[in-house]
Amino acid sequence: MTKITREDVLHLAKLSSLELTDDEVTAMQDELTEITDYIAMLGGLTTEGVEPKYQVSGLENIYREDEPQTSSVSREDLLALSYATSDDQVKVPKVL
Amino acid sequence: MVKQALARAKQVADYNSFLSLTEERALKRAAQIDSGEISGKLAGVPFVVKDNMLAFGAPTTAASVMLKDFHAPLQATAVEKLEAEGAICIGKSNLDAFAHGGSTENSAYGVTKNAHDTKRVAGGSSGGSAVITALDVVPFALGTDTGGSIRQPASFNGVVGIKPTYGTVSRYGVVAMASSTDTIGCFTHTAADADVVMGIMAGRDANDMTTLPNFWNEKSNSVKKSLQIGLIKETMGDGIDTEVQAAVYEYAERLKGAGHTVREVSMPTISYSLGMYYVIVPAEISSNLARYDGVRYGYRSQNATSLEELYGQSRDQGFEMENKRRIMIGSFVLSSGFFDAYYQQAQKARALLCSEFDELFASYDLLLSPVSPTPAFAIGQKTNDPIQMYKADIMTVPASLAGLPAVSVPAGVSSTGLPVGAQLIGPQKSDRLLLRLAAQLEKGA
Repeated sequence: MTKITREDVLHLAKLSSLELTDDEVTAMQDELTEITDYIAMLGGLTTEGVEPKYQVSGLENIYREDEPQTSSVSREDLLALSYATSDDQVKVPKVL
Repeated sequence: MVKQALARAKQVADYNSFLSLTEERALKRAAQIDSGEISGKLAGVPFVVKDNMLAFGAPTTAASVMLKDFHAPLQATAVEKLEAEGAICIGKSNLDAFAHGGSTENSAYGVTKNAHDTKRVAGGSSGGSAVITALDVVPFALGTDTGGSIRQPASFNGVVGIKPTYGTVSRYGVVAMASSTDTIGCFTHTAADADVVMGIMAGRDANDMTTLPNFWNEKSNSVKKSLQIGLIKETMGDGIDTEVQAAVYEYAERLKGAGHTVREVSMPTISYSLGMYYVIVPAEISSNLARYDGVRYGYRSQNATSLEELYGQSRDQGFEMENKRRIMIGSFVLSSGFFDAYYQQAQKARALLCSEFDELFASYDLLLSPVSPTPAFAIGQKTNDPIQMYKADIMTVPASLAGLPAVSVPAGVSSTGLPVGAQLIGPQKSDRLLLRLAAQLEKGA
């Protein structure tokens, strides 16, 4: 059984862009230990020489005609979905 | 019909199966039907849309804080196609937030109660749509099924639920969960109704390149006089409620009575499918949910002083615990050092599972199993134990991983009055065969 440490949880939270609360980190440590222990069952299957199957429909490289298309959704519609805008731009906290 | 459905929806408010009603828009469309402005195969038929599918007239929340006030600027292709045939959406149904769960207890807006026992769960994640159909509010309701989210609640509430072949219905305008298994289907009272609804929604969409050319009207789906049906042995063993087993055996007897052959078959890899599912699906969830960053749309934290904090806090506050859990598992199985042992291994195991299905379909027309190991469980019973909650999906994830169509049909009732479903699974594109067989047995009932 791989024990998930507090540091592991914090590392995964960083990879996931999640600022977890202390309680969440504690809960997640036990839960992830239990879950990773469960999914480790896959190690019991012999898969030597088997090609992984990432998709099941067999469709590949489906393209549409390379022609410009119009959308029913306007720039204004999309900007209206954002919490803060200014000068037709989405506003975020200072980056630099 | 629309007014009646809206009145009934308000009458059953205690079940918490609706997140919103689209009353104003629905009544307007009903008037357009009356005046002959809109017509079609489903003219004036009311329906309900799971709240992870974009529709006009109400916000699309995905039962999350993240999308609390999200008013969609467009509608899902599936909804558009039904509206083009005159159907009228009257409301949006409750679900586990972002469709992560098997009980509709993970909703940010409260638990949906089972249509047959309000102390029990509706199942999930499409719990609201299942309960709304079972309570006779509308003749059909839409759901999404990634690992059982239509079939399991259908079974818990005693209605028909279909998860079609992967790629049957466009997912444009639907909140993405796991792109390699997400499908759109419906809940109905009869298999014949499901056939009509699915036939309208099916087909290629230039906005979703994973859609298959429409196969709904191909001839290969008629029911032969005598079908070869395999009952999957591994799904009828230990850990499966005896009343569930009894209902499935009884359904098998009825299939035999209708002239079909049922034989026990074995699928050794099936016992690994839940392990595969809880690697592959969280991996895909962690990438699909990366888009919710608090910037362009959705919930934004008010306390952030930097962009990084804005992402981290908005996501922590906007997602439910189960969403975060799955994102974290996804990050784990995709992270360096674990990728080969978990993610790659799961995709190889999935290839083995698919070959086992292929081998069986060489001799059998379709397969039979339970939908869920137990009838609907009590509200709160599994909320503190993620693994126990995940195990409720054990019968439904194999068809999802292989992209196969599967239908949940009412098969019996437990001694305590809870519905029990049986699951029919077929090869890809055999959706109509499954529904026609289910319809044949309904007539015999």
